[in-house]
Amino acid sequence: MPQMRLTRPKELTETLDLLATRQWHVLAGGTDLYPAHVERPFRHPLLDISGISGLRGIEPADTGWRIGATTTWTEIVRADLPPAFDALKAAAREVGSIQIQNAATVAGNLCNASPAADGVPPLLILDTTVELASAARGTRQVPLCDFIQGNRQTDLKPDEMMVALHVPSESATGRSSFVKLGSRRYLVISIAMVAARLADGEAAVAVGSCSVVARRMAGLEQALAGRDPAEPWEKCVSPEHFADLTPIDDVRASAGYRRDAARTCTIRALEEIAS
Amino acid sequence: MSMGAELAGHVEGVRFTVNGQQVEAISDPATRLTAVLREEFALKGTKVGCDAGDCGACTVLIDGAPVCACMTAVAQVEGRSVTTVEGLADNGTMSRLQRSFLDHGAAQCGICTPGMLMAATALLDSVPEPDELQVQDALGGVLCRCTGYRRIIDAVMDAGTRIESRGKGVGAAIPRLDGVPKVMGTDRFGDDVAAADTLLVRVIRSPFHRAGFTLGDLKGFVAETPGLVAAITAEDIPGRNLFGVIPPFADQPVFATGGETRFKGEAVAALVGDREVLLDLDLAAVPVSWSERDPSMTTETAKTTAPMHDSRSGNVLVEGFVARGDIDGALAGAAHVVSDHFATAFVEHAYIEPEAGTAFIRDDGRIEIQACTQAPHMDREAVAAIMGVAEDQIVITPTAVGGGFGSKIDVSIQPILALATRITGKPCRICYTRPESMRSTTKRHPARMQVSIGADAEGKLTGLRFDGDFDTGAYASWGPTVANRVPVHASGPYSTPAYRARAVALHTNGPVSGAFRGFGVPQAAIAQETLFDRLADACGIDRLEFRLRNTLRDGQPTVTGQSFRTGVGIHACLSALQEPWAQARAAAAQWNGDNPDSPVRRGVGLGTCWYGCGNTSLPNPSTIKAGLMADGRVRLHQGAVDIGQGSNTVITQIFAEALGVPTSAVDLFIGNSDVTPDAGKTSASRQTFVSGKAAMLAGLALREALLRQGNVSDAAEISLDHGKVVLRDGGAERQVDPAVMAADADGFVLRVAETYDPPTAALDGNGQGEPYALYGYGAQMVELEVDRELGTVKLRHITAAHDVGRAINPQLVQGQIEGGIAQGIGMALMEDYQPGRTENLHDYLIPTIGDVPEIESIIIEVPDAEGPYGAKGLGEHVLIPTAPAILNAIRDATGAVVTTTPATPDRILTAIRAAQA
Ligand SMILES: Cc1cc2nc3c(=O)[nH]c(=O)nc-3n(C[C@H](O)[C@H](O)[C@H](O)COP(=O)(O)OP(=O)(O)OC[C@H]3O[C@@H](n4cnc5c(N)ncnc54)[C@H](O)[C@@H]3O)c2cc1C
Ligand code: FES
Ligand code: FES
Repeated sequence: MPQMRLTRPKELTETLDLLATRQWHVLAGGTDLYPAHVERPFRHPLLDISGISGLRGIEPADTGWRIGATTTWTEIVRADLPPAFDALKAAAREVGSIQIQNAATVAGNLCNASPAADGVPPLLILDTTVELASAARGTRQVPLCDFIQGNRQTDLKPDEMMVALHVPSESATGRSSFVKLGSRRYLVISIAMVAARLADGEAAVAVGSCSVVARRMAGLEQALAGRDPAEPWEKCVSPEHFADLTPIDDVRASAGYRRDAARTCTIRALEEIAS
Repeated sequence: MSMGAELAGHVEGVRFTVNGQQVEAISDPATRLTAVLREEFALKGTKVGCDAGDCGACTVLIDGAPVCACMTAVAQVEGRSVTTVEGLADNGTMSRLQRSFLDHGAAQCGICTPGMLMAATALLDSVPEPDELQVQDALGGVLCRCTGYRRIIDAVMDAGTRIESRGKGVGAAIPRLDGVPKVMGTDRFGDDVAAADTLLVRVIRSPFHRAGFTLGDLKGFVAETPGLVAAITAEDIPGRNLFGVIPPFADQPVFATGGETRFKGEAVAALVGDREVLLDLDLAAVPVSWSERDPSMTTETAKTTAPMHDSRSGNVLVEGFVARGDIDGALAGAAHVVSDHFATAFVEHAYIEPEAGTAFIRDDGRIEIQACTQAPHMDREAVAAIMGVAEDQIVITPTAVGGGFGSKIDVSIQPILALATRITGKPCRICYTRPESMRSTTKRHPARMQVSIGADAEGKLTGLRFDGDFDTGAYASWGPTVANRVPVHASGPYSTPAYRARAVALHTNGPVSGAFRGFGVPQAAIAQETLFDRLADACGIDRLEFRLRNTLRDGQPTVTGQSFRTGVGIHACLSALQEPWAQARAAAAQWNGDNPDSPVRRGVGLGTCWYGCGNTSLPNPSTIKAGLMADGRVRLHQGAVDIGQGSNTVITQIFAEALGVPTSAVDLFIGNSDVTPDAGKTSASRQTFVSGKAAMLAGLALREALLRQGNVSDAAEISLDHGKVVLRDGGAERQVDPAVMAADADGFVLRVAETYDPPTAALDGNGQGEPYALYGYGAQMVELEVDRELGTVKLRHITAAHDVGRAINPQLVQGQIEGGIAQGIGMALMEDYQPGRTENLHDYLIPTIGDVPEIESIIIEVPDAEGPYGAKGLGEHVLIPTAPAILNAIRDATGAVVTTTPATPDRILTAIRAAQA
C-alpha cells in the first residue's frame, strides 16, 4: 500500500514543524502542482496549506498591505484595494479562467516561479516583499525581486514556506495598469505582459515573459520620472530601454517580437493609466 | 486504508457532500477529486480531458464556485459541498439550463457539456440574465472542440425561454435525438464504461523522435512489482503486428520491433495491473533502454534520408497527380500570374475526450471492445488480424464518442486492449493521458506548397499549378488519401482550363499524419484562395466578382474532367455573400477612414471550398438495417457512428421521412459490430449522403413491405398505434398486428436492409475520371481587425454560406458550420503541434469561447440528384474556407501577406513590416 500521500494541517506552527521533518510538495491551489504530475507520480507527500486559518485574506497593516499566502486570485479581484492595485486585479482576472482563479493562490504563482507568471510584474511595481517562515529560523522578509531567482528557482529553503506578501504603504499609491499579450482570449500563457504604476511623478514598470525572471525597467522608470508631460509616451519609451531584456524564441513568439511587444504593451499600459 | 493513515492514528476518510448527499471518500486524500467522483462514487458525469486545468471538462461547483476537480485533492473538499452535473436535474427532470442546451443544439459530442453546464450554472446563480461577455468570461475555462461555442452562448443567455418544436421529418430543426443523456451527463463515453476494479493498461512509449531501444526484463519487473499483472510486447501478438487504415499500405506496428522507434510517442510495450498501482508508477523506471538517433523531421530531409519503409524510396508514400490542358502554355500566356510558397503546421484534433475504452472476454469466449471510435467495423478487421482470429471473434461496441474529427478512425487503444484482456483473461481498461493522446495519435499533415495561378486580362482563370509535399509522419495512416484528394481539389470550385497538381506524402520521424476534417484540402485551399485575392487585385477586379466569374457551373468539367448535370452550388454560395460583402467592405473602409491614428485596421476576407463526399474513386458502401418489431415499434439499426456531428438524428429523420412516420416512432439502435451492419466510417463527409441514402432506401423498402402487408396503395398513410400498424388509404383502414407475426433473431417481424454505394469511376494516369458522386460547396466571409503594432487579430464577424443540397436538419447544419469554423480559426491563427513541445492543451492552443465571433449561417440548398432528398455532405467543407478567409482579411486590413500558418502575432507583425517596407 502506498504511504498516505497528503497531510492537511490546520495551524501554521504545525505546518512548519512538518516541513522540517522531511521533503514535501507544498500544495495550495494545486493549479501548478497537479498539472506537473499528469504522467508522473508525486515524489513526496503533499503538505496541503490551503486549510490553514490565517494564511488567507488581505489586510491593511500599519506599514502597508498584507496578502496572505493562500489568498486566491478571485479574492484579489473582489478585494477592496486602492487603485495602485489595479494592475494586480487586472492580472488576477487574466489568470487562466474563473476555475483557475477560484483555486489558485498568489503565493503559488510566485513560488512556482514561471517566467510567464502574471502575478509577478504587478507585484514588482508595488515593491512587494515576501514573508518566508521556517520552524528553525522564524520569519524573514525578502524583496520579491530577489525571491525569484530563475526559471522555477526561488530563494525558498526546503524547510521554508511563504506565509504572506507585503506591499509597503509608500508604494500602494498612484494608479496602475496591466497589459497581457497572448494568442487567444482565455486560458493563455503570456507572450509578454507589462505592469505599470504612476504616482506623483514617479513611475514603476515591470515586464514579464521577456526574461527568465520578470523585471523592473530601471532605465525606463528614470526616463519617465523626468518626462515632460507634453511628450508622447512612445517618444519617452524608447526601444533602448528594452535592450537588456533577454527574451527567448519559443512556440509562442520569437525573441525579437517579444522585445518589440514589450515596448508596445508598456506604452499602452501607460496610456491606460493616463486616460 | 493506507499504512500512513493508520500510523497517524486517524483512519476516517474525507467527508463532504455531493449533490446534497453526505459521503465519505476512502481514496488516498491526495487523489484528484475527479478520480474520486468517477471511480469511488461512480459519478461519471464529470469528465476528464486533460487532468491539467486546460479543458475545464471536469468543472464542478465547490460551495457554489466553479473549480477544476482534476486539480483538487479530495482532502481539500473536507466539509464542503460539491455539485456535479448529476446534481442539476431535479428527479430526472432537466434543469432549465439543460433543457436550453438541448433545444439550442449546444451539445454536439457532449463531452464538454457537463463542464459547460457547471460553469454556466454558477454564472446564472449570481447573474440571472447575463450578457454575452459575461457568458464568455464565465465559460472561458471550458474548451469545446465541436460547437464553435455560439449555440452554447445562446443556450446560456436564453436559459429561461423554451424553444417550441420546429416541424418534423426532413428539413426540421429538431433537437438531436441522442441529446438528453448528453445534457444529463449520463451518456457513456470511452472511459465511462469500465466496471470497478477493472485492470488498467499503460503504454510505454518512445521519448525520442527516433531511437534505438532494447526492452529489459519486463516480465521480471512485473513479477517484482506488487499489483502489476502482465507486460505485453510485440512477442505477445498472436497475429500480425501491423495495422493501417488502408490495407495495402498497412505499415504500423502495435509495438515497435527491430529495435527502433520511428516517432516520439511510438509504443514499445504495455503494462497491465491494478489501477492505483499503475497510476502511481513512474513509467521512466520501467526497464527499457533508449539511444536517441538522428531524426528526419521535414519533408526536405525526407527526400535525402534512407527510406523508413523498405519499399518506399525517397520516403515517398504516395504521389497524387491530376493534369489537364497545357499548364505551361497557360501560365506563360496569362495576362497575370501570381505565385507563392506556403507552409502549414501539424494540427492536432484536440477532441476533448482522449482515447479510452474497456475490453473483456465475453461468455461466448470472444473478445469485446467497448471504446470510442469512428469506424467500428474497421476496428474489428484490424484487431482480428492483430489477434490472429477471424473477424467474427471480435465484437466492437462503440461508446459515445467525445469528438473524433478523423483521428478516431485509426485504431489506437483497441489492439492493446484486446491483447491485455486476452493475456490476463480479465477485463482491462485504458485511458490515454492528454499528452499521450497528442503524441501517439494522428495529426493534420503539414504541407509545403508551391502554387502558381494565371488569369487573362478579363479575369478568367487560365491555369493553376500546384506542387505540394505533405509530411505524413512515420506511418501511412491516411497519407495516401491526402495525396490523392489534394490534386483533385486544389483548383477550388473553379473552372480551370489548364491544371497540373502534384501532392506527395513523405515519411518523416514526425507524428503520424492521418485523417483530419478535409484530408489535406484545407491546406491546399489556403494557397489557392489567398492567391486568388492577389490575382483579382492584379486583374483589378473585385475579389468576389473575380471568383464569381470563374465558378464552376452545372455541366462544366472539373479538373478531373467530371461534369455534373445538377447540384454545382458554388455560384449560389458566393452570390449569397454579395450583399454582405459590399456592406462589410464599406463598413471597414469607413471605420479605417474614421480612425486613421488607431493602430487597429479593419479588413474583410473571402474563402471558398468544394469537397467531394465519400471515398476517392473507391467503393464506399453503407448498409442500414431496420424493421418492425413484435411490439409494434420500428427499430433502426444505426451503424453510422455519431461523433457529435448528428448522424443519429439525421439518419433517423431521413429514414422516418421515407417510411412516412414521425421520428418519434423510430427507435434508434446502436448495437455492436455483431448485429448492426457496416455503415462505413464516419469520415469524408459521407454519413448524411451515403448512409443517409441507405437509410432512405431502407425506409422506402420498409414502407413498401408494410403497405404490401395491408394490401394498400402507395399513397397510404402509416401510423403506429399501441402495438399495431395502422394503414389508412383513402377511406379504407387496415391494421397490421405484429404480435401475431414470427420474429427473427433480431426481434424483427418485418426486416429490411439496404445498401448504397455512391457511383464513382477510377482516375486515369492524369487523374481524369469521376472521383466522387457529388461535391458540396461553401463560401465564407470574415470581418476582423488587426492590431498593426502587435500583430494580434480580433475576429468580428463571420458569414458562412454553405450549399448542403438539402438541410435535413438546419440546427445540425448550423452546428456543423460553427464548429468547423472554430477549427478553421484555430488552424489559421494558433494551432501548431510540435512534437515534444506542444503536447498538452496548455501549449497547444485551440480557440476558446472568446475567440469565435458571431457567425451568420446562410444555408443554400441546390439539390443534388444523387443525395437523399437532395442532401450533400457538410462536415468537412465547413472548415476549409475559414483559414484562407482570415488570411485574406488580414491582408485586406494591413497589406500583410502571411504564407505560413498559424498566423501568430509575431508572423503577422513581420508580414506587416514587410508590407510597409
Ligand atoms: C489552465 C491553467 C491556466 C493558467 N493560467 C495562468 C495564467 O494565465 N497566468 C499565470 O500566471 N499562471 C497561470 N497558471 C498557473 C497557476 O494557476 C498559477 O501560477 C497559480 O497562481 C498557482 O497557484 P496555486 O495555489 O495553484 O499553486 P500550487 O500548484 O498549489 O503550487 C505551485 C508551486 O508553489 C509551491 N507553493 C505554493 N504555495 C506555497 C507557499 N505558500 N510556500 C511555499 N511554496 C508554495 C508549490 O509547492 C508548488 O511548487 C495557469 C494554470 C493552469 C492550470
Ligand atoms: S480535466 Fe480538468 S481541466 Fe481538463
Ligand atoms: S460538444 Fe463540446 S467538445 Fe464536443
